[in-house]
Amino acid sequence: MNSPPLRLYTFAAPSRFYQLAGWLVPWFWAATVLLAAAGLYIGFFVAPTDATQGDSYRIIFIHVPAAWMSMLLYLVMAFWAGIGWAFNARLASMVARAIAPTGAMFTFLALWTGAIWGKPTWGTWWVWDARLTSELILLFLYLGYIALVNAIDDVRRADQAGALLALVGSVNVPIIYFSVKWWNTLHQGATVSMTAAPKMASTMLTAMLIMTFACWAYAFAAVFTRTRAIVIEREAHSGWVAELTRGRMHP
Amino acid sequence: MNWGSALAFFEMGGYGLYVWGSYGVVALLMLAEPWLVHRRLRRALQEAARRDSGNEAES
Repeated sequence: MNSPPLRLYTFAAPSRFYQLAGWLVPWFWAATVLLAAAGLYIGFFVAPTDATQGDSYRIIFIHVPAAWMSMLLYLVMAFWAGIGWAFNARLASMVARAIAPTGAMFTFLALWTGAIWGKPTWGTWWVWDARLTSELILLFLYLGYIALVNAIDDVRRADQAGALLALVGSVNVPIIYFSVKWWNTLHQGATVSMTAAPKMASTMLTAMLIMTFACWAYAFAAVFTRTRAIVIEREAHSGWVAELTRGRMHP
Repeated sequence: MNWGSALAFFEMGGYGLYVWGSYGVVALLMLAEPWLVHRRLRRALQEAARRDSGNEAES
């Protein structure tokens, strides 16, 4: 018997995704460790002390990647939640659910490291300016999504309600991104943009970008592992999971 | 090299508490979450196996 051809949608089947992700996750963890080690080494040992902020600026190497991840993951979560809703694609909804806790964690880290950086540089842990407030709203959107999908017992209805919340909430992401342009904020403007030369030393930029890739690898590993867990939880009744667990338990 | 000694590294030019207060929480959460997701996967597989053996016993 011929095996079915491999198509783009092949991995939309939860069982195939489970296998593929299981193979990929260790590589993503390894990439996370290597990239984080390289980024932190450059950030702490190669990048020079900042002339105005001293060494407090070194918080940037995790603050900016965490803030970028918080926004990117939200859009990815809303996208897959929307796909899951529109096309009744189960795996897409599971991925959306798997992203939410990791996105919430990065949002919290962006706020936490920002507060700690704000104290020595601005003289305050927190201000209600546009950038900080909209990022705090992002955290509430993540937490609201998690609470909503867990509060509804019917799994597919929960996915749909979550998708609506995620899609409506995505309007907040451009507000966060452009807040430093649209309003006068205590928060500084964009350090790196597509249209202008970066306003920082190249070693600092290198460290920040490598840390960003480390966060990407981390997010893939964490989200894929959580998706695998959700797949097993939801498909525990199906034949392939039974075969899988028998294979594991009675080798 | 930026730091003359290990102590200078930990002091971070007087910002040690801020810098390590940031990276400490980052490290804590980025170790806790992988542990939690792998535990969730392990438990899901155990639960599925338990349910499967229950079905076999019935049939």
